[in-house]
Amino acid sequence: MTSLLVIIVLVLLAVALWQLTKIFDLTQVGSNTDNSQVATDNDNNVQGYLMFGFLSFIYIFTIYGLFTWGNLVLHTPASAHGATVDNLMNITWILIFTVQAITQVLLHYFAFKYRGKKDQKALYFADNNKLEAIWSVIPAIVLAGLILYGLYAWTNIMFIDEDEDTVVIELYAQQFKWTARYAGADKVLGKANVRLIEGVNSLGVDLSDPNAQDDFVVTELHIPKGKKIHFKMRSQDVLHSAYMPYFRAQMNCVPGMVTEFAFTPIYTTAEYQALPYMVEKVANINAIRAKKSIELVANGETALDPYTFDYLLLCNKICGASHYNMQMKIIVDTPEEYAKWLKDKTTVIQEVKKANTLAPVDGAVGVDSTKTMDTVAVAKVDMK
Amino acid sequence: MSAEVHDHGHEHEHHHKDTFITKYIFSIDHKMIAKQYLITGIIMGVIGVAISLLFRLQLAWPEQSFKIFSIVLGDSYAPDGVMANDRYLALVTIHGTIMVFFVLTAALSGTFSNLLIPLQIGARDMASGFMNMLSYWMFFLSSIIMVSSLFVESGPASAGWTIYPPLSALPQAIPGSGMGMTLWLVSMAIFIASSLMGSLNYIVTVINLRTKGMSMTRLPLTIWAFFVTAIIGVISFPVLLSAALLLIFDRSFGTSFFLSDIYIAGEVLHYQGGSPVLFEHLFWFLGHPEVYIILLPALGITSEVIATNSRKPIFGYRAMIMSIIAIAFLSTIVWGHHMFISGMNPFLGSVFTFTTLLIAIPSAVKAFNYITTLWKGNLQLNPAMLFSIGLVSTFITGGLTGIILGDSTLDINVHDTYFVVAHFHLVMGISALYGMFAGIYHWFPKMFGRMLNKNLGYVHFWVTAVCAYGVFFPMHFIGLAGLPRRYYTNTNFPLFDDLQNVNVLITVFALIGGAFQLVFLYNFFSSIFYGKKTVQNPWKSNTLEWTAPIEHIHGNWPGEIPEVHRWPYDYSKPGHDVDFVPQNVPMKEGEEVLHH
Repeated sequence: MTSLLVIIVLVLLAVALWQLTKIFDLTQVGSNTDNSQVATDNDNNVQGYLMFGFLSFIYIFTIYGLFTWGNLVLHTPASAHGATVDNLMNITWILIFTVQAITQVLLHYFAFKYRGKKDQKALYFADNNKLEAIWSVIPAIVLAGLILYGLYAWTNIMFIDEDEDTVVIELYAQQFKWTARYAGADKVLGKANVRLIEGVNSLGVDLSDPNAQDDFVVTELHIPKGKKIHFKMRSQDVLHSAYMPYFRAQMNCVPGMVTEFAFTPIYTTAEYQALPYMVEKVANINAIRAKKSIELVANGETALDPYTFDYLLLCNKICGASHYNMQMKIIVDTPEEYAKWLKDKTTVIQEVKKANTLAPVDGAVGVDSTKTMDTVAVAKVDMK
Repeated sequence: MSAEVHDHGHEHEHHHKDTFITKYIFSIDHKMIAKQYLITGIIMGVIGVAISLLFRLQLAWPEQSFKIFSIVLGDSYAPDGVMANDRYLALVTIHGTIMVFFVLTAALSGTFSNLLIPLQIGARDMASGFMNMLSYWMFFLSSIIMVSSLFVESGPASAGWTIYPPLSALPQAIPGSGMGMTLWLVSMAIFIASSLMGSLNYIVTVINLRTKGMSMTRLPLTIWAFFVTAIIGVISFPVLLSAALLLIFDRSFGTSFFLSDIYIAGEVLHYQGGSPVLFEHLFWFLGHPEVYIILLPALGITSEVIATNSRKPIFGYRAMIMSIIAIAFLSTIVWGHHMFISGMNPFLGSVFTFTTLLIAIPSAVKAFNYITTLWKGNLQLNPAMLFSIGLVSTFITGGLTGIILGDSTLDINVHDTYFVVAHFHLVMGISALYGMFAGIYHWFPKMFGRMLNKNLGYVHFWVTAVCAYGVFFPMHFIGLAGLPRRYYTNTNFPLFDDLQNVNVLITVFALIGGAFQLVFLYNFFSSIFYGKKTVQNPWKSNTLEWTAPIEHIHGNWPGEIPEVHRWPYDYSKPGHDVDFVPQNVPMKEGEEVLHH
């Protein structure tokens, strides 16, 4: 309702300004010449000063933004390659702010300084090869530097050394949930195809593949700190994108092919939660949530839970109506915790066997009912 | 050939009587077609902007009930006044489609290429008036189909304006991929045909119908921009057409160009062997040049407006032409920067980073040349001039962040976040819109014989300028915070709770900026009928269109077509009493050419 009021006020404001200009026009009735809608010296003067004012607006707004919203921006990367990315980013930002500061000043200051006057004559200055050369060559050199740094970093991040000792994990995307499959002790993922999806085998793992025997599936991602994680992504329906902002990692999941990305986490979840900037951020978010909760409770709704930070895997490629709620928690463990977590995981084979062996005990009818139940379960997941 | 016909035509002037239908509806006169494009474009623009305001309300106050939703959108979009999540995506999709294709491609090029090419090169009309008419009416038809898709029961196309399959191919994946998507594809296919006819016409007209003395290096930069834009259009639009056709095949005839290994709604589909990445390649082979199809005409208009209103020659005329050509060439080999993390070979990512960052060089040249043109000018700060300066400002601000997005390493983490939304809205959305406004304020007298009200123009510019920064500058921050675009709401991520007040601020700026476009609409439509009558050359400009009579006549000039004796930028030339020397004024005895 308040927003509706805001809109009404805005519209009224617009009408008021509109009326003002009409009055301004009426005062000029005497000068009703054909050229009355061309800028006069007076207009040039007013607009010139406004140009100067606009320059201040851009500057003040930028500085205000940096102070007010600067702390919202992601920092302290949680992956090994993240430092390189952020370093390149910072260098680029320095460049951008320098160029932006200089060019906007020149543009708006010139618009103010050389605002038209009757007796002023413009300089006939049509070209100058030296100037053109300067502002072609300087950007070219600067960009060459950025390109080289960028390509160096890109190559290091994207080309994954297959011989390296890594933890291999499959990220499996479907509308609108993530699942992860671990390669198990043999470090090789078994073959999989959507055509093999059946019952509890919801990722379509090829159960006859020797490499698949120790694969297991989870819905909460655990990864060890300090070890390179090699993600292989698949999607069963539409495009998704596995976005892990704190790790500076993102890759699309494409039906029909396997894509990959690798990084080494350098902070455990607990360590990252304890970073001063994160403590501050979480406190700020909880203050906001507490305030909102008071409102909610007043309206008879339940209060919001307090927030604790966790790494997240988000979907970042439009994938359907519930795209905005497709996420998976990522937990970075110490190597010891990770080893402990790995123990006693039920493999896909075991799960399938369990589902199948339950059935014969109850006889033939039981087989059917279990199977139907499984299919229904899978279908339900899909519908979500 | 057509010019000869018209040369005969003008002798008996326009004695043949135009009926209402041949004059206003099925007109083959380029000036009328330009107006048709403009007014259709303005209507589409109103729809496109209004849609964006609606979904901005949802983003600022998520899942709240708004009366306005019930009134404007109705129950299928907003049951109980709360916007439905799939319809949010539908609105985002249609907003993008309308603004990119229907407003900034068709209306911008269609209006100003049509109006200015014959008038500025000294031609009686387009090479083929009939094809020109056909081009407009196919555009009109495609607009009708696109808008009508909003009323389909299952909703309009909802897979984003980039319509990546499989989402756009499978109605099981999102309701909008049913009938709505079919209409989208049909509309775009017709649109592309329209665009190709227009572009071919522009190219042929510029090459063949220039008046005596109008060499290619005496063309105004507007014409250079329209000419090169048309060439890029002819090269890249057919590729989108092929992508659309193949997608139609996949959707309707069971082929597998873009689809493979899909399990959805509890069943395995038959598709095998196709690749969505192929679609991305085809789409962006148009999609990226498209950015320049939008931007170059705006820059062309700006060049002309800045030179005229600075009372100075445009600085570095030849460098400007070279950079237009360089940008056009590079624009066709950079599409992969939209696909760094699509799963294509990372080596390709390296190549596309290289070519992409190269584009910054000609872009920088253009920006610096504009600034130098202002230096020591005698600036007439008309509304058109303000919009042109505003364009240079947003072009720089938005362009600079392209250095981040074009760098594959940095793109990993900002890809598909609000940072991208901020970047492209500033560099091509707002910039091109400013270019279009500059063109409207500058050539309104030429189109309608009347002037737009300058004070309303000033109000329009300043509020728009502040709001444009107010909307898109904060968006960089929420993007850098990792907020993905195309999220219906971010309330499911407490992580993003601290971004919500920024979202509210953005929406407030958007609503104010949107509301003030009404000032422009009022100014535009009332001035057509009640504006002050114009003099023949109100801005004291050098180009040929201002030598044509105010009253529009078929064939543009009553007598001979004026002959051109000089380039279009002899403003404040030493040795002349007035500060402008139109192109049709012969060189004085002993007068030298002072530019290269």
